[in-house]
Order: sequence, then C-alpha cells, then structure tokens
Amino acid sequence: MSITVNLPSVLAAHTGGARTIEAAGRTLGEAVADVAARFPALGPRLRDEAGKPYPFVNFYVNDEDVRFRGGFAAPVQDGDEVTVIPAIAGG
Amino acid sequence: MPHASVAAPPLALTARPLRCRHCGTEHAPAPVAICEQCLGPLDPIYDPDRPLPDRETIAGRPASLWRYKEWLPLDGEPTLSLDTGYTPLVDAPALARRLDVARAWVKNDTVSHPSLSFKDRVVAVAINAAAAFGIDTVGCASTGNLANAVAAHAARAGLTAWIFVPEALEAGKIVGTSVYGSRLVRVRGTYDDVNRLCAQVADRFGWGIVNVNLRSYYGEGSKTVAYEIAEQLGWRSPSAVVAPMAGGSLLTKLHKGFGEFFAAGLITGDAPRLYGAQAAGCAPIVRLVERGGSELEPELPHTICRSLAIGSPADGAFAARAIRETGGWAAAVTDEQLVAGIRFLAEDVGVFAETAGGVTVAAALALARAGRLGRADEVVLCITGHGLKTVEAVRPALAEAPVIAPRLREVSTLVEQSPSA
Repeated sequence: MSITVNLPSVLAAHTGGARTIEAAGRTLGEAVADVAARFPALGPRLRDEAGKPYPFVNFYVNDEDVRFRGGFAAPVQDGDEVTVIPAIAGG
Repeated sequence: MPHASVAAPPLALTARPLRCRHCGTEHAPAPVAICEQCLGPLDPIYDPDRPLPDRETIAGRPASLWRYKEWLPLDGEPTLSLDTGYTPLVDAPALARRLDVARAWVKNDTVSHPSLSFKDRVVAVAINAAAAFGIDTVGCASTGNLANAVAAHAARAGLTAWIFVPEALEAGKIVGTSVYGSRLVRVRGTYDDVNRLCAQVADRFGWGIVNVNLRSYYGEGSKTVAYEIAEQLGWRSPSAVVAPMAGGSLLTKLHKGFGEFFAAGLITGDAPRLYGAQAAGCAPIVRLVERGGSELEPELPHTICRSLAIGSPADGAFAARAIRETGGWAAAVTDEQLVAGIRFLAEDVGVFAETAGGVTVAAALALARAGRLGRADEVVLCITGHGLKTVEAVRPALAEAPVIAPRLREVSTLVEQSPSA
C-alpha cells in the first residue's frame, strides 16, 4: 500500500468520499487493478472491460503522462503518485 | 389609474442540461464537463422541438454570433459579450490561383472582437454560462489566444480571471493577457502540463475554467464559424473547409455546425469535406488521420506554432473521425512552410495571421499539391488569430526596411533600385 492515487472529485462518490487512496502494484495496471478490487464501483470508471485505459481518461505518474511510459505497463514504485484526470483540453 | 403596457421581463439566462457522449447519462445543467458515471465528455442537450428561425429571421438579427442563439446552449437572453462574432468572409482570388482551386475565401477571425482570435466565440458562450451559474471567477489553460479572450471578456464583465499558460509564450500573447488586469500565471512546462494543472484547479477551487469545467458550453461557440460561413456564402456550403487543429475541437464543431444547418433545412446540397492542419512538430491528429484507427498517440511539441502546440489533444480522435467521415484529410507543415504561409496570406489576401493561420495556408497548399483539393473546389480557410500576436515568428523572414535621411534624392534612389512590378 505504498502508491498514492489522486482521483477527480466526480469519482469520490465511489470511494466513500476519499479523493486520495493508496494502492499496491509493480505497474500502473496492477495498481489500478488493486484499486478496482477494493472499490468495485470505481473499477469500470478507470478501465474498460478488457482492462485497458479509456481514451478520455488520462493517468499521470509523478506528473508524467503514462502514455509516454508504456501506459498501464508503466512501472510504479513506493512513494509514486498516480493522478487520474479526465481528458479535457483546448488552447 | 391608466394601465401602462409592460413588456415581458427578459427570461433569466439558464444553461442547457448535459448528456454524456460516451454512456448517454443525462446530467442537470452544471459547470461540470465530465460524466460522473464514466468520465466521458458531456455535451449540451437541445430541445428537438424548439422553434428554429428561418433564413430571413436570422439575417434580420444583429451581426453577432448570437443571431444563431437557438443553436447555442443557453435559454433566455445572454447579457454579456453581445458583440462577438460575424467576422468577414473574405473572397481570396489570388489565393485560389495559388491553390489552383475554383474559389477560395478566408474566414477572417483575425478581426474577431474583442481579442482578435476565434476564441472570442467560445468565451462569449462560456462567460454567459458562467453568469447563468452565478460564477464570479473564471479562468483557462491556454496557448495564448484563449488567454487573451478570457482576460478581455472577463474584464468587461467585471469577473476575476485566473489564466494559466506555458512559460514560453510570445510577448504579444503575454502582454495581450495581463493588460486586462487578469491574474496571469506562467507554468514551467508544456500546454499539456498546464491543462492537467487546470483540471485540478477547477476541481479544487470551483472556478469556471472555461475550457475545463465549462467546456461543454464553451465548445459550442465554435459552431458559429460554420453557421457564418454558410450564411455568408448565401446559405450554402463550400465544398471544402481547411481549419487548424490544436485540441481538435474546432474541427468537430465545424462538423456539428454544418450538420445542424443541413438538419434545419437552412442549407442543402453536399456537406463540406473537412481538412485539418497542424505543425509537423506537433501533429498527433494528422498522424491519427493518416494512420487510421481511433487511438491517438500523444507527442511532445517542437514547433514555433505555439497556439497549436497541444501534444495530447482531448478532441483529437473526434476530429480525426469528423475528417474521415466527411471525406477530408489532414496535413502537417514545417515551421518554414508555416512562415511562408503567413506571407502568402498577407500578400495574396491582405490578412495578417498568427502562426496557426500560416499552418492553415501551408497545409491547404500541401493538400492541393497532393490532389486532395481540386480545380472544382470552393475552399474556405479558417484563419483564427491575428498576426500581431506572434510577430517573432515571421519577423526574421522579412527584409529590413531601409532607413534614410529625409531627402527626396534618397527616395528616388530607392525607387530606382526597387524591382518593378
């Protein structure tokens, strides 16, 4: 339980109000799977039925977009901070 | 006591309800752009039975984007930014010859009121949505044009504006934001870093970040580019439209806007093919169009076209789909080509565009040379921002003006040396 996951407030309803939760895993995908197992309502909002990330939900490990680090295969370790942010943009 | 005839009070402004584009869940009107069920993007729901104006009614309304208010996501009368929109559609025969197409026009949002870019359109809608929700602080994540627009519209509305931009931005974009008294914050990083930060800011502070939590309303303002093109062409569609792509929203809203006018019977015939333009140093949407599929690969931007430097465009996949559905295509151009594009537009049309306009012209040329635009085509180029915002980009390519003493003889010498027309 050493990775911190920051959630957008719209998802806090599925964690009993918590916007920051702990997770375990060696990859981002494992950490997300761990979160999904402990918060069943949250799981399908973070990944699709095949266990893949949605195109409109972005994950960051220590502020870096994980799509530059292999997506859910990106390695994570103790002390890492994962941030979940819906994709919304426009210059 | 005589009865005074009392006009009905204006309807209080309210925002339309929202629906998730992904899962279809409906949401009450709110400054929230994300579905709480699936995190998908929310779009406004319009009443399909609402009365729609005909051509004559629209043509008789004031020359602003509000003449199309039935297609904008607010009910009641807007009270802010009433004078934005309805920019000129400029006939461009010299540009048509350069492109070797039948006709060409420039949709000239370089003269958009008040901040000289098409972002005035989206902010005009967003600021009224903010008013409908009683929000007193607005903001944005921006590559520059949106920063200028939010700062200007917020100033005249008396709202506080917090504006976040990448640290490395052109002087014109910085000055053109801070002059309005906004809280301008420069962030070390790319636009994508700024955007991520603003998603967290909107979540934390409850402000109306126009392109984050007000995005569902904001984005609809871009549709007015399509409505105006159709009306200004005499209620018809061109055969092709070329537009710059940053987040990809303009392309998707052009698609939606033309579609709505066809659905309303205001225009008939074939829908325009939509073409997207990006700088080669940041072209994730062009590469998605070329590659096919729906999975966008983000990029780290390396281009002087900062206004289009979004490496992780949220609407990229939607833009690519709109391009392919309409039979269009996309092109990426080098920084050198975009500077040449700025000069072609200035010399052919008399319009001075910022870097994104240079990208659009250069991409149109590339598409024409590749046979994507043909001799029968009637093409509209969306030129979205004024060149005085990015003089750094084009200045090195221009000849230095001669400096002379105030003597007629020196002018005569210059005239003799000048190449004849």
